[in-house]
Amino acid sequence: MSATHSNSAETIPVYDVRDVSYRYHQVRALDHLDLRVEAGRRVVLLGANGSGKSTLLRILNGLCFPDEGEVDFCGKPLTREGIESDGFGLEFRRRVGLVFQNPDVQLFCPTVFDEVAFGPLQLRWSEGEVRRRISETLEMMEITHLKDRSPHHLSMGEKKRVALASVLVLDPEILLLDEPTAALDPKSESHMIDFLVRSRGAGKTIVTTTHDLDIAEDIADDCFVFHEGSIVAGALPSQILSDVPLLKRTNLLHAHLHVHKSGEVHSHPHLHRHEE
Amino acid sequence: MDALEHVFYAEEVARADGLLQRLDARVKLLGLLALILPAAAARRFVVLEGLFAVAVVLAALSRVSFGLLLKRVWIAVLLFTGVIALPAPFVTPGRAVYQLPWLGWPITAQGLESAGYLVLRVETAATLCVLLVLTTRWNHVLKALRVLRVPAVLVTILGMTYRYVFLVLQTAHDMFESRRSRMVGELTGGERRRVAASSAGVLMSKTVDLSSEVYLAMQSRGFRGDVYILDESRIQRFDWIMLAGFTLISAAAFWWGR
Repeated sequence: MSATHSNSAETIPVYDVRDVSYRYHQVRALDHLDLRVEAGRRVVLLGANGSGKSTLLRILNGLCFPDEGEVDFCGKPLTREGIESDGFGLEFRRRVGLVFQNPDVQLFCPTVFDEVAFGPLQLRWSEGEVRRRISETLEMMEITHLKDRSPHHLSMGEKKRVALASVLVLDPEILLLDEPTAALDPKSESHMIDFLVRSRGAGKTIVTTTHDLDIAEDIADDCFVFHEGSIVAGALPSQILSDVPLLKRTNLLHAHLHVHKSGEVHSHPHLHRHEE
Repeated sequence: MDALEHVFYAEEVARADGLLQRLDARVKLLGLLALILPAAAARRFVVLEGLFAVAVVLAALSRVSFGLLLKRVWIAVLLFTGVIALPAPFVTPGRAVYQLPWLGWPITAQGLESAGYLVLRVETAATLCVLLVLTTRWNHVLKALRVLRVPAVLVTILGMTYRYVFLVLQTAHDMFESRRSRMVGELTGGERRRVAASSAGVLMSKTVDLSSEVYLAMQSRGFRGDVYILDESRIQRFDWIMLAGFTLISAAAFWWGR
């Protein structure tokens, strides 16, 4: 499935996912899923918890491979053999970065400096280049002061920024972000959204999973809705966000009780939209 | 949560502005090791006392609290080594200097000397080791091990263990608190054992999941089985001077302690 903007049937997409299914033992996580991601687009995958978004990101990052169906990356098949090969594998890791939902998974080194250095060292960059890129990335993410800190001393917001820095240090063309604003306080969330909004002009392809409808319009050019392992809709964010029956059906929008100033208590769905 | 508190305290000491804190971790590791070796080999009390005095002076110049050393090292070592050394005065042949009343067991001068050597050796070596650990961040200690030709993969595994042990401890603590918040009254011994066993199982399962995820995160950033480490520290003139100082003291202690 592709969003309605797509004008490039003739250009090679960054990702072409065709009829992909994936199971965790007996549980089907992805069910005959199709998706096309064009270069330079910011794509948001909207879906409730357990809808298969994170599994798809792992497949797009070559960490697991479909039971059925095929995935092409820039016109080449994304396979286990390809990822394990020196040529394609290293090139793929340099071009594609994944930020995990849980930063504790991603921050496995004793210090922030070591964490950010990990990727470039694995790709055998020269020591001078590694140091230069670490310094630039820490500055860009405004975390230079955390350089010598251990991850267990960081707040959740700081951990997320370090996790993002550890991927951005490689300057990947394609960025995969798994729930980047989950469990963040408002200030850290706004930092993350600012980054995603600013990245619009950087020419990167960004695929973000979230169930936060409030940020989708700000960070997406294209929007896809996940439900039970399949994509059930793909369109411009404004079109998706105005389709209330779709959002309700896919558990992205729900009514809950709340109190108004008058003291009246009632229940209806909430959605935060920008008019301009 | 005592373990976490100890670690936070140690990191606070490691950040203090003291003599050993200013040294490069590799120099500190080699220098303190150079003092531990003659302490293990010395056959003269005066040399051991001298090395112990050096350790105490280093602690003072590095702003390490004597109260902490007394509690965590000196008394603990005295109790532990004392138990091991206790039979020596009675079983070592030599000139009897005292006889235990009622039992009539003789205490020999040679036995007392052996026990004294053992206790002082361990006190000196333990003080120097604790100074290394307290005045150096753990990740720097690990990287410093590379000068002793410890393989990079082992250094990385130790680093990751250190990183995740806190996460697992925190998880275990949260599980414990969560259970306590829903409990009224005391559990019987059998119930406590069952809860402990099931908690250990859950923790184990979480740890296995976590390790799988961490491996994926490593792969995602290009890990292919080989480990590379970037050392950010530089040895300065002050480090070389201190290393020379450690070497001189060590050589003198070896010479006088023969």
